[in-house]
Amino acid sequence: MTVQMQIDRRANRPAVYDRLSNEQLRESLRRMHLIRQFEEGAEQAYMRGLIHGTMHLSIGQEASAVGVCVALGAADKITSTHRGHGHCIGKGADPKRMFAEFFGKETGYCRGRGGSMHIADPSQGNLGANGIVGGGLPIAVGAALAIRQQKRDDVVVCFFGDGASNEGAFHEALNMAALWTLPVVFVCENNQYGMSTSTARSMSVPNVADRAVAYNIPARIVDGNDFAAVAEAAFEATDRGRGGLGPSLIECKTYRIRGHSRSDRNRYRSKDEIDAWSRRDPIVRLEAELVGLGILAEADLAAIRQQVETEIEEGIAFAQESPPPAIADLLRDVTSEQP
Amino acid sequence: MDRPVRELSYAQALQEAMAQAMEADERVFLMGEDIGVYGGAFQVTGDLVERFGEARVIDTPIAELGAAGVAVGAALCGQRPVFEFQFSDFATLAMEQIVNQAAKMRYMLGGAVSVPLVMRFPAGSGTGAAAQHSQSLEAWFAHVPGLKVVQPSTPHDAKGLLLSAIDDPDPVMIFEHKLLYKMKGPVPEEAYRVPIGKADIRRKGRDLTIVATAIMVHRALDAAAILAEEGIDVEVIDLRCLRPLDRDTLVESVSRTTRLLCVYEGVRTLGIGAEISAMIAESEAFDRLDAPIGRLGGAECPLPYNPEMEKAAVPQIPDIVAMARRLVRGTV
Ligand SMILES: Cc1ncc(C[n+]2csc(CCOP(=O)(O)OP(=O)(O)O)c2C)c(N)n1
Ligand SMILES: [Mg+2]
Repeated sequence: MTVQMQIDRRANRPAVYDRLSNEQLRESLRRMHLIRQFEEGAEQAYMRGLIHGTMHLSIGQEASAVGVCVALGAADKITSTHRGHGHCIGKGADPKRMFAEFFGKETGYCRGRGGSMHIADPSQGNLGANGIVGGGLPIAVGAALAIRQQKRDDVVVCFFGDGASNEGAFHEALNMAALWTLPVVFVCENNQYGMSTSTARSMSVPNVADRAVAYNIPARIVDGNDFAAVAEAAFEATDRGRGGLGPSLIECKTYRIRGHSRSDRNRYRSKDEIDAWSRRDPIVRLEAELVGLGILAEADLAAIRQQVETEIEEGIAFAQESPPPAIADLLRDVTSEQP
Repeated sequence: MDRPVRELSYAQALQEAMAQAMEADERVFLMGEDIGVYGGAFQVTGDLVERFGEARVIDTPIAELGAAGVAVGAALCGQRPVFEFQFSDFATLAMEQIVNQAAKMRYMLGGAVSVPLVMRFPAGSGTGAAAQHSQSLEAWFAHVPGLKVVQPSTPHDAKGLLLSAIDDPDPVMIFEHKLLYKMKGPVPEEAYRVPIGKADIRRKGRDLTIVATAIMVHRALDAAAILAEEGIDVEVIDLRCLRPLDRDTLVESVSRTTRLLCVYEGVRTLGIGAEISAMIAESEAFDRLDAPIGRLGGAECPLPYNPEMEKAAVPQIPDIVAMARRLVRGTV
């Protein structure tokens, strides 16, 4: 049975893997682990009272973040969401500085001013997470306009949730992106819920992709827990953008395994539903695929996990040891004039 | 002898007001994000959906502008919507419907219509939610003629003001400080009203009037207790309502104490304290002042995430004590 599956898989090597080196595939798996363990580490730190505020975990959604970012270069941009840890790590952020931000430290990406919901790394093309649902959608269009004005062939990936597609900002942004043929890839991580409200209870159409039709934007629906399927759609869409053909939309059907935020009691969904999606874990699936294709060996998997574990431990230690911001700097950076 | 009044949390008091209003008047209904089975982000609507059903406790899509406009339209046509913003910050997405439509309709149409709309706004800092989930924007709304803006600081006033707001023929905005939701206090069981536009003298004093709003009322009362030990006798007024302002209570109090300190969480510049200061400066109380008017408000910056910075960005009890000493004694 296993042998048979392996043979089938070899024959079914995803076409997109021809565009990715084995090293890139290994690194993609590593980043998915990094996201998972980063969030598990953050969750534990929260429960131990080491960090305050709230956080939105993307456990179970790692394939969409990494599968999309693997098609991006350093000069490409992303806009992210409140559930943005995966996007950050996908775009190459250092977990050390992410942890430092969680711990409110001066060494964090926002020098402790932003916290989980605002991590950004403009130097890597990450224009930032967002506390406002839908807030990043028009900004992504503006970033694409800037790219065009600067005569570059970079693209902008705009991550957003199913719930965000109910905001006016979504509709206004898609219209302008299409109208002006801008290089934006709208990536909807449809995890079936906006907080407690299911897509069935909040959308007049079954898929977010259906909405793209109204704006004349080509859209694809993919299994968001399948790294290769996401990556293939991402390359297709970024090729279009770089080629001057305008925006695309990718709808990744996925699921968040954890509650919406730290205060969620999961009253609006069943344990069966959560369990069923847990069995479609994107990391487990990618591992099986890479081993099946002979790209990685079991020993490589263990090494990756071990390396990630160490990196996470070091990240937390770095954050804990880092200094907090000086209270005297409270009014710094409100505008370009410093107090 | 009176029975001791039962205690409820601020959130429970709001919930009871909504339940009583819905029982009494079938036109009253609730709208908001995740207010149904989730019970609201701060558990204010709780299990009301079980009692009143999804037709009267409506989960909206994440669409603040549109949903606020739907509430305006329903109010215009005789219904009594009570609209919850998940965080007051998200009202920025709905400003068009609130400011251009709801606030102006009665006047613009020559008095032909009325918009009996209630909007509830969880506001304020102190939860580590950072710049886009911690603001105190109540003064923005108080700047708009046509709106009424209330800011209850106790469970008692939360219930009474919400019931008055639902009765009111005009749009009423209720700012609820997030740190107050779990606070308990006496709340009578009957459906009583607290009048809109009346401040409340929470503590009588001779040396200084502190006018405070929301959570700052409690900090001012704590500061007053500390100051009392030093022989400084502070009067604490809970403003309760930003528009209309209770001019009479404030002028009378400052005329007696001869000193004024305004304490509020919204950004200090152009905040409610600016209006109160100007109002006192223009009034008969001005001649009685024995010290410059003082203001303590939010720092001139977005709310930072780091907890110590976040605290430093809004007035705390020691800040109030120090400022009160300065106003009364001339030194800290
Ligand atoms: C404008 C705005 N409205 C409401 C919220 C509160 N909120 C934060 S996340 C969220 C759900 C978002 O759903 P979705 O876009 O599907 O993203 P997901 O959380 O599922 O990743 C809500 C309602 C917000 N942050 N901003
Ligand atoms: Mg969602």
